[in-house]
Amino acid sequence: MSEKAKYEAGFGSDALKDPQRIVFITKKTSAKVKGDVGRQVMSFPHVILREAIAFQVLTIVLVAIALFWDAPLEQLANPLLTPNPAKAPWYFLGLQELLHYFPPVVGGVLIPTLVVVALIVIPYFNVNIEGAPLWAARRGRRFPLVVGTVVALLAILVAYQAWTVIAPTVLVAGGVLLSNFLSPGQGRLADFLRARPLPWWVMTWFIAVALTLTIVGTFFRGPGWSWIWPWR
Amino acid sequence: MATTWTQQTLNHLRRTRAWKSIFRRGPARTNRTRSLAIFGNIFLHVLPVKVREKSLRLRATYYLGSFSFFLFVVLTVTGVLLMFYYHPAVPEAYRDMKDLRFVVANGVFLRNLHRLAAQVMVAAVFWHMFHVFFRGGYKPPHEFNWVVGVGLLLVTLFLSYTGYLLPWDQLAFWAITVGTNIISYVPILGHPIRFLLLGGNIIGENALLRFYVLHCVILPLAAVILIAVHFWRIQKDGGLTVREDHERKG
Ligand code: HEM
Repeated sequence: MSEKAKYEAGFGSDALKDPQRIVFITKKTSAKVKGDVGRQVMSFPHVILREAIAFQVLTIVLVAIALFWDAPLEQLANPLLTPNPAKAPWYFLGLQELLHYFPPVVGGVLIPTLVVVALIVIPYFNVNIEGAPLWAARRGRRFPLVVGTVVALLAILVAYQAWTVIAPTVLVAGGVLLSNFLSPGQGRLADFLRARPLPWWVMTWFIAVALTLTIVGTFFRGPGWSWIWPWR
Repeated sequence: MATTWTQQTLNHLRRTRAWKSIFRRGPARTNRTRSLAIFGNIFLHVLPVKVREKSLRLRATYYLGSFSFFLFVVLTVTGVLLMFYYHPAVPEAYRDMKDLRFVVANGVFLRNLHRLAAQVMVAAVFWHMFHVFFRGGYKPPHEFNWVVGVGLLLVTLFLSYTGYLLPWDQLAFWAITVGTNIISYVPILGHPIRFLLLGGNIIGENALLRFYVLHCVILPLAAVILIAVHFWRIQKDGGLTVREDHERKG
């Protein structure tokens, strides 16, 4: 393609004097065409009406709760009086729980950054385009690989004694390894697990860890970030 | 058709010059005027004119994205009302909270609603993200909208977080202390970033003012822009993901 193009496009900007238009027809079809599945309906009123109802339901529920639940308000801020424990908002308590185990650069900076980067790149790594079950093909190679990853991960976590990360990790890892040994006709749960692709397992693990950390951070941590039972 | 009083009034209104100048279309009873109702309206024109019937099913979205948006709307309305009673200054901010509780009519309710919606929105956005993931909604051609979504997640978290400081009570002060201390662990840039965010080395009046501006101006604007792009991209990406293998049953 070293030959110089024989045409130039787009020199004139006067639409009346310069009406030359070139249409390029590419092999790719547009997103709209590709995604055609099934019958279509008009957004107005079908979508608008549903959204309006959803909005009303949400407002009613919020108002009902806001009438009975009170937003917390403590004493005036006092920089000299540190509460023990000092807790972040609930959605950051998972992070705070991580900080309890890992050095601040790892728990507070590295891991959150990795999570955000991982989220951003999900669609660009062709994650799970076909959604093929993890154990459907190349089991002989994949199984040792998965076992190795799990063991390495657990070794790191044990080194840091990060028990509240270990617990959900063991649970999900158990599920993924067990699902390799399931065969058809062992019930619906077994069929479901056997059909799960790898990204499903990774995301499930992430959610399990995030949920556990947040719940532990919110309810089970007291003075000095020590373990407490919320009902005591 | 026009039998009831409301319908008669509506029909009468539709014939007026003012109405016609605003809407420029007849009643939405034909597909042409129904299309016009969407793309002839600046607020609705980011939406698709037609959608797949299957994407309307509850389990396609559980309306989680919609709920995220509606929560944002509720937060904007209650937030603006709260701004009328709030001074981002050091003892005043806390006094205003007391005023909301004891002086302002329905002040407690207003604050409750704002705080509740803020918590629920964080949860709704996370849930929406996980739901989109498990349905494969990030797959081509939806890649970029997923990235916009990650931006929205971060904006939502920062919105909630900057709002947390504003009551200036013990809860607020120490939660922000914990969080901003983490920033100082960022290699090299940690301390400068924290200084920039707090307008100083400690959480004081400057930090409150900065969080206030972030919470009430910068982050909401960012959210509005990202939400607009997010919705518009759904349309440009050819509507919501509907997978045949998922949808055949039911
Ligand atoms: C303020 C936050 C957000 C709002 C208001 C919002 C709103 C919406 C709405 C209304 C939809 C269409 C229907 C639905 O699935 O509910 C949607 C779809 C989508 N959202 Fe969000 N969203 C937000 C955050 C996010 C986040 C955090 C992500 C992911 C990281 C995300 C990724 C997507 C994607 C990929 C779609 C298209 C799904 C498909 O094609 O099936 N959004 N969003």
